[in-house]
Formats: sequence, C-alpha cells, structure tokens
Amino acid sequence: MTTTTPPATTAPKATAAEPTPRRTRHRSRRSTPLTIAMLAALGYFLLPLCWLLIASTKSTQDLFNSFGLWFSHAPQLLTNVKETFTQDDGVFVHWLLNTALYAVVSALGAALLAAAGGYGFAKFRFRGDRLAFNLVLGAVMVPTTALAIPTYLLFAKAGLVNTPWAIILPSLVNPFGLYLMRIYAADAVPDSLLEAARIDGAGEARIFFRIALRLLGPGLVTVLLFTLVATWNNYFLPLIMLNDPNLYPITVGLASWAAQAQNGGAGASSDMLALVVTGSLLSIVPLVVAFLMLQRYWQSGLAAGGVKQ
Amino acid sequence: MSAVRRRRMAGPLFVAPFLTLFLLLFLAPLGYAAYLSLFQNRLIGGNVFVGLDNYTQALGDPQLLHGVGRVALFFVIQVPLMLLLALLFALALDSGLLRLARLIRLGIFVPYAVPSVVAALMWGYLYGPDFGPFAQLSHDLGLPAPDFLSDGWMLGSLANIVTWEFVGYNMIILYAALRTIPQELYEAAAMDGAGAWRIAWSVKLPALKPALLLTLLFSVIGSFQLFNEPNLLMKIAPDVISSSYTANLYAYSLAFTGQQVNYAATVSFLLGLVIVFASYAVLLTANRRRTP
Repeated sequence: MTTTTPPATTAPKATAAEPTPRRTRHRSRRSTPLTIAMLAALGYFLLPLCWLLIASTKSTQDLFNSFGLWFSHAPQLLTNVKETFTQDDGVFVHWLLNTALYAVVSALGAALLAAAGGYGFAKFRFRGDRLAFNLVLGAVMVPTTALAIPTYLLFAKAGLVNTPWAIILPSLVNPFGLYLMRIYAADAVPDSLLEAARIDGAGEARIFFRIALRLLGPGLVTVLLFTLVATWNNYFLPLIMLNDPNLYPITVGLASWAAQAQNGGAGASSDMLALVVTGSLLSIVPLVVAFLMLQRYWQSGLAAGGVKQ
Repeated sequence: MSAVRRRRMAGPLFVAPFLTLFLLLFLAPLGYAAYLSLFQNRLIGGNVFVGLDNYTQALGDPQLLHGVGRVALFFVIQVPLMLLLALLFALALDSGLLRLARLIRLGIFVPYAVPSVVAALMWGYLYGPDFGPFAQLSHDLGLPAPDFLSDGWMLGSLANIVTWEFVGYNMIILYAALRTIPQELYEAAAMDGAGAWRIAWSVKLPALKPALLLTLLFSVIGSFQLFNEPNLLMKIAPDVISSSYTANLYAYSLAFTGQQVNYAATVSFLLGLVIVFASYAVLLTANRRRTP
C-alpha cells in the first residue's frame, strides 16, 4: 500500500516549510524602524499606568517630594493597600464588591437578553419583527447619558433610586449587544441544525439553551465583557442614582475621595491622596486581568460587529 | 399546541424579554423627558403646561450653546486624530512587519479597561503643577511648567485623556476587521504588482469602511455626551471648567444643583436629538460616498 503515502511527506520542502497560509503573507520580514515607532507609541499608553504603579508605593508626602516616575526612598505599597482597605471602616471593600455585583449581574443579564433577542430576530419571522428591530437599531445612537436624567426622575417615582436596581436595570438593555448577537446568530447557528433538532422533537427553548447558546459563545462573551466594562466603568448613572456611600461603585467612591483629598489640601485629610492613587490602581486590576484572559473571545466577537453592517 | 404553532410563538417569546425592558428603560424615559420638557414648575401656579417654551429658552441659552459648541469643537479635533492613530496602529499590527506585535497590541488596548474616572484622576495628577512629572521635570530644568490645566490648554488636555482611553479600543475593532480580509485579495494585488502601501490603500482601506463607520459612530455618541473627564478635572481646575463646560455637564447641574427638572429634561432631550442627527449625518455621508 505504498501508493497511499500521505502527500505531506512527499511534498517539496518549500511548501512544507511554510506554516498556515494566514502567516505566509508576512514570513520573516520584520521592520525595526516600525517596531521602534510602535514601541514609542506603547510608551505613551503605558506611561500613566507606570506612574500610577510607582505613585501607589508612596506616602502622600513622598508624592510631593520625590520624582513622579521613580520610587522614593521608602516604598510602602503594602501600607497603602492596607490603609485603602481600612479607611472609613473598609468602605473601599464595599465599593469593590458593589462594583463586582453591579457589573456581573448586569453583564450576565444583558448578554443573555441580547442573545435570546438576537437569536429570535435572526432565526424567526413574525409580525412586526422588522419594525421592532429597526427601533432597537435606532436606539444604538441614543446616548445613555441623555437617558440618565429622565431615568433618574422615573426611578425616583418608583422608589428605585438609591438601590442596586437603579444601576443594574438600565445596564441590562444593550441595543448594540442585540444588534451584534443578531448578526452573530445569523451566521453561527445553521438553519439545518435547528431543523434537525426540531425533527428530533426538541422544543424551541431546549434548542436555544442546549444548541444555539453554545454556538453563540464568542458573541455572547463579547457582549458580556463589554457590558461588564461599561458597568464597571460607569460613573454618570451611579453618580446621580446613589447617595449612600455604602452603595457606591468604585468609580463614584474614588471620585468622592479625590474630592476630599482636593479640599483637605495638606490638612486633616492629607493622606487621602495616597489612598486615591492606591485605590485607583486596585480598581483597574480585575478588568485588565479579565481582558487578558478572555482576549480570544472578544476579538473574534468584535470582528463580527465591525465587518458586517 | 401543535409544533408549527409553537414555532410561530417562539420568535416573539425570544425577543419579548429584551423588548419589554427596552420599552420600560429606554422608550419610557425618553417619552417622560419629552413630556417633562413641555412643563414648567412655577412658584405660583405649580406645574404648568408651557408648550415649547423650554425649547425656545434652550435654543437661545448661551450656556447650552457654548457647551454644545465646545463638544462639537472637541469632536472635530479629537475624533479624527484618535481614529487616524487607531487606523495607523491597526495597519502596522496587520502588516506583519512588527516584532513584539502581541505585546504592543495588548499594551495599547489596556487603557480601555481603565475606568474613565481613574484615567481622568491619573492624568489630572500628571498634568498638575504640584507633583506631576511634567511640572517636576520643567522645574528641574529651570523652565516654566506647562500649565495643562489652564483655560487655553484644557480642551487639549481633555482630548488627550479621551484619546488615551479609546485609541486601543478603536484599533482593536479595525484590526479585527483587517484580519477577516481574505488572503486571496492580497495575492491578487501582489500579482498585479502592488506594494505594501498600495495594498494598504487600495485593498485594506476599502475593506475597513464598515468598521471605520462603526468607530466613527461610537465616537460621535461618545464626544457629544462628554461628562466624566470634565466632571473630574473640574475639581482640580474649578476656575477653568464651569458647570456648563459641556452640554451634558450643564444638564447634570441643572437637574441636581439647580433643581430645574423640566429644563434639565429639555436639555437632555435636545442633546439626544443633536447626537442622533449627527449620527445620521455621518451615516448618510458615508453611504452616499459608498454608492456614487
């Protein structure tokens, strides 16, 4: 049976040396000037973060007395972290937990709602579907902050102001997420698969949760991650909705500390500044880690949204 | 219930949860703002219907007009700069000519994961005259410190913060779109003798159009509702950033400092309209160019 030798072993060396077609395009031509230029750009983006990292090892006094982009003689990162966590009876821990709660619940809810809606619009025809979808699509352009004040006024009537719901509910509706999921579902869930499942007698809900949701994975993670970031970073909405510091998310909390540090000057709250800086550093760690770990998903999901219009 | 009937019910049932919340949390506030904007709360007579009086007032309100003008200026300067940088970075990453491409890509994107509050605080301290490294360096060199927080510099300083935050995000959208261009297109172009620049211009740019449009649209929406950054820098430069520095800041202070709820709703509603119109203008211009 020598005739069935796999073609790869008999192929000429030139082709065997080439990796996947995607990569052959650029082979090993690398440009040093371009790399240096891009590293310079990278420096600009990382500089503030380096400053933050260095600054959070300093006491408020050292912030003023030592050069910003280098360490002082007495680095005290751990002291700063400990003080950040214990200031005002550990209110910073509350802020972190609140932020995590608001962001995770909003992101899960928004992703699931967008997935079900996008799947419904992509795979079913029903009366008014076009109108409803276009209405949602038009809403992509309505700025969320223009809605925030009227939403606050409505929530004030409903008694929802100053509760976690005031932050979570508005974050659940993500028109762009729905749009993205519709595009994604149209491609990622083959009609033939749905038909086969129906012939096997599976119900629509079962098909969605057992089959479609799995195929929608990368799109789902994209919406999840971007809602997570949007809620995690949200400032305007919690600023107007909440006035109990124990309900604050990290953004509003840090801003209130920063205002204290500013007003206190060198007086009673002079060590606030170090806490603002250290708190800022602590607040960005979780998201950066989440993005680095999930990058495979959000990049492919974004591609779908950016390519098709 | 028959299978066909069940199937017919399924579509509406899948979209119902989203649409219900959309109705309650999107359309209802919008409608409520429109409703509120037709009333005024007067000392005598209480809540009275005033028709379009609030709108007449708003359209002649110099504070609002300045705020909108300022964000429009911000948009015209900052957005092209940001998108150009994002485009150049995406093309550089996609060219395959870079060493350390992965590190560079992630490093430029990282600021997106930083809350705008933290970004504004951080840059505010960096700009600052007391312990900002720029001021420290100029002090050591015996030069006058650049006053990033002065009236003349402020809009540029804000633009820098927003650019820093969002270049990476836009770059990733563009880069993701570039990765989906089929390999055959490049091969065909190379066969026709096109060089790297020619390919970037004639193959990559046209293919990027939808993605560019998307980033542009997000930027319109983002810049016109500028709030977080000026709101935070306001605390360290209260003389430069007034409570009506941007339109959104104005709406906020009307509602929560001035207690002028009806007028705040009017301003919010108008601002929303401005943004929707600007977005449609962008879309229409782009589409007209696409189909000559």
